[in-house]
Amino acid sequence: MTQQDVSEVSVHINDTAVTVEQGTTLLQAARLAGVEIPTLCWAENLTPVNACRLCVVEQEGTRALIPSCSRLCEDGIRVETDSDRVRHSRRMILEFLASTNDLSQSAELQEWAESYQIDLDRYISPEKNNDEVKIEDDLFVRAYDRCVLCYKCVEACGDDAQHSFAIAIAGRGFDARVSTEYEVELPESACVYCGNCVGVCPTNALQFKVEFDLRESDEWRPEDQSTTETICSYCGVGCSLELHTQNNQIFKVTSPSDHSVTSGHLCIKGRFGWQYVHAPKYEPSKKS
Amino acid sequence: MYAVDPRRTASAKFADLWLGLDVGTDIALANAMSREIISSDLHDKEFIDRATVGFEAFAAHVDYYTLERAAEMTGLQADAIRELAHEYATASTAQILWTLGITEHHNGVENVLSLCNLALLTGHVGRWGSGLVPLRGQNNVQGGGDMGALPNKLPGFQDLSDTTIRSKFEAVYGREINPTPGLHLTLMFEAMERGDLTALYVIGENPADSEADVEHARKLLNELEILVVQDIFLTRTAQLADVVFPATVGWAESHGTVTSSERRVQRVRPAVDPPESCRHDYEIIGDLASRMGADWNTTTPEELWNELRSLSPMHAGMSYERLENERGLQWPCPSLDHPGTVYLHSWLWEDDLDGRDPAPFSITNHEGPKEQLTDEFPLRLTTGRTLDSFNTGVQSSGYESPIRSGSHLEISAVDAVDLGLVNGERVVVSSPRGSVQMNIKIESDQAAGLAFSTFHFPELVDLNVLTNDEWDKRSGTAEFKAASIRIDKLPLGTSHG
Repeated sequence: MTQQDVSEVSVHINDTAVTVEQGTTLLQAARLAGVEIPTLCWAENLTPVNACRLCVVEQEGTRALIPSCSRLCEDGIRVETDSDRVRHSRRMILEFLASTNDLSQSAELQEWAESYQIDLDRYISPEKNNDEVKIEDDLFVRAYDRCVLCYKCVEACGDDAQHSFAIAIAGRGFDARVSTEYEVELPESACVYCGNCVGVCPTNALQFKVEFDLRESDEWRPEDQSTTETICSYCGVGCSLELHTQNNQIFKVTSPSDHSVTSGHLCIKGRFGWQYVHAPKYEPSKKS
Repeated sequence: MYAVDPRRTASAKFADLWLGLDVGTDIALANAMSREIISSDLHDKEFIDRATVGFEAFAAHVDYYTLERAAEMTGLQADAIRELAHEYATASTAQILWTLGITEHHNGVENVLSLCNLALLTGHVGRWGSGLVPLRGQNNVQGGGDMGALPNKLPGFQDLSDTTIRSKFEAVYGREINPTPGLHLTLMFEAMERGDLTALYVIGENPADSEADVEHARKLLNELEILVVQDIFLTRTAQLADVVFPATVGWAESHGTVTSSERRVQRVRPAVDPPESCRHDYEIIGDLASRMGADWNTTTPEELWNELRSLSPMHAGMSYERLENERGLQWPCPSLDHPGTVYLHSWLWEDDLDGRDPAPFSITNHEGPKEQLTDEFPLRLTTGRTLDSFNTGVQSSGYESPIRSGSHLEISAVDAVDLGLVNGERVVVSSPRGSVQMNIKIESDQAAGLAFSTFHFPELVDLNVLTNDEWDKRSGTAEFKAASIRIDKLPLGTSHG
C-alpha cells in the first residue's frame, strides 16, 4: 500500500471516538480503544468466517446486530459493544453452545458463561452432542462432543495455513460435524498432521494425546504447568515454539500466532517431533 | 510457482507447473533459460551494465544452450523451459529457492552459480521480494558457519588468512591462532584414509549413518586411534567411539542461540531439566579446554555470546535483550541501533555499488551426474527426505508418525513391469559400492528409470551403502542425489517381503 492510499476513518465505540486506518475492523478498533469484545471463531492468524456471532455489536441506525470481527469501520458510525441487545444475543449463543457441548475445558467460555449469566434451566431436555472421542494415533485426539463448529480448524487446514483441505463441515443442522472426506480415518485422508487445527481449537475438542492422557488419568495440574519459548530443532526455517510443560514433561507445543516466522502454524516435526527429548538418553534410538 | 524436481513432490503438485527434469541436468535448464531470456530481449540491461561483469562472454557461452538442446539434455519439453524463462524474467519480483537437489552433486557449486546467473540477468536479487534463497536443512547449520565452523573462516566469516583479523581474535583469546586452514568433513575422511588424521571429536553429528558410501566411512571411523563423540543419544557413530560425552538437548534443555535460513538469530531456552548425567555442550567443551590448560573465563551462554559480538561485526548489535524483545534479528546487525538486515545485496542497486566490485556472471557447463548409467547399473537412484522424518532419524524416530511408511525404494510402474516386480516386494538393490535389501513401492508419479528413497531409517535400510561419495571440490558435498543402481529379485524361497 502506498502512502496516498492510506486514509483514516473515525468511529464512536461506546461513545469514545476512535480514529483508525481505513480497512480496520470494528473489533480491532475496539481493542485499540481498550474495549474487549468476546470472540470464538475469530483468530488473528485466520480469515473471519462469521460463524459464532459472539462478537456482534449494535450499530446505531442498523436493524441487525453486526459481527465486529469482519465488519470494517465506516466513517462516522456509532457502535455499542455491550448494550442490552448485544448482551442478550451473546447470552443466548453461549446458552445454545453450553446446552449442546461440553465446554468444561475452555477457560474463556467458562468465564463468559458466568459474566453473561447464562441459564441452562431455561431449556427443557436440550439435545446433547455425545460423540465419542476419536483416538487414532499418539499425536492428537478429536473429542467432537466439545466441538462448537467454529470452523477454525477447517480454515487452518485449508487456505489460511496448511492448504491440505483434509477436513470440512459435513452434514446439516444438528448433525453437522467436522469430517474428513467420506469420514475416512485421518491417515487415509489428506491430513499431514501439522496439528495447526489443534493449535487454533478454542474448546480443546482437538487436543494433544499427552494432554488427553493426563486429564483422563486425573493428573492434569494447571498449577504445575509452565510455557517456554524456544526454537524448533529440525529444519532451517527457525519456527518459534512454545513448549508447554507439566512436571518436567512436554505435553503440548504451540507457536505464537503473532510471530513473523510462523503466524502460529507449524509442521508435524515441530508440533509433535519433540518426544525424543524425553527418550532415555544413551540408548540407541529404539525405533526407526 | 514453478517446481523443478525429478520427482513429483507435494510442492510440485502444488505448483502451477512441474518441470520434471532428469537428475543432474539443472545447469542445462538454467543455461537454456538464460539464453531464452537474452534472445527474447527480456534481460535487465541497465542492471547488468551497472552491477555485473562478464555478460558478453556469458551470453556467447549460453548461446549453445538452445531450447531444443536443453530439452534433449533435461528430458523436459522446450515449451516448458521457454514458459519458465519468460515468466521468471517478466515477473515484477521473483525468487529462486533451492535445497540439496541443487547442492548434493559433484558440481553443486556450478549448479548454484548457474542460478545466480539467472538472477543477475534479470535483476531478481538485492531487492524486496526478489532473491536467491538456499533453504537450510538444519535449525543451526547457518549459525555453525557464522560461528566459524569452517576451515578457513573465523566467526562472522572473517578471513583466517588476514593477520589484522587474527590479531583481533588473538587479543581476546589470549593465544596465537594457527593461520593454516583446517579441513572440511570430506577432506577429513580423505586424511583419515591417508593416515594423516588419527583423532576425531564429533559433536552432534552422525556420520556413521549419514555419509555417502557409508560402509567406507564406517571403516575409516573404526580405524581412528581415538574417536570422541558428544551427542544426546548413543548414535551409530557414538557406538564406534572410545569416549562419549553425554550432552543435553540444546533447544529444550539449555540457553543459547540458533540462526535460521533467513539469517535470523533467535534464542533457545530450557523448558525441561536435563538428566543428571548430561551436560551442556559449552560446559563440556569448556572443561575439556581447562584440562588442556586453558582458562576461558566465560561461564554462561550470554557471556560467550557477548564475546562473539565483540569480535564479529555482523553480530555486534544483537544483545540478548534485543533478541528477546525483537524476537530475533537478521544479520548483519552491526550496532545496537541497527534494525538488522531483511535481505542482502541491496548494494547491487546503488549507483556506485557501495564501492564494491560488480557481481560476475559464471561460465557453467552441463555435465550430468558423475556416475553414468551402465548396463550393469541401469537405474538412477536419487535420495531425499520425507515430511515427518529428519536425516538419520536420531530425533524423528522418537515419535510415532501416522503418515510414516518406512523406507521403500520408490520406482515407476514402467520399471516395475519391466523387472516383473509387485508393490511391496522385497528386492536386492545394488550400486557399484554395495547392496541392501528393501521393499519396492510403485509410485504412479515416478518417472521411468528413476528410483527414490530416504536414509531416515538406517537401522532398517542402510541406504547410504549405495550412495556415491564423489564430491564437489569447492563445497565438499557428496553426490547423494545421483547414484546408479540395479534391482534384483530375491532368489526363490528367500522372499519375506
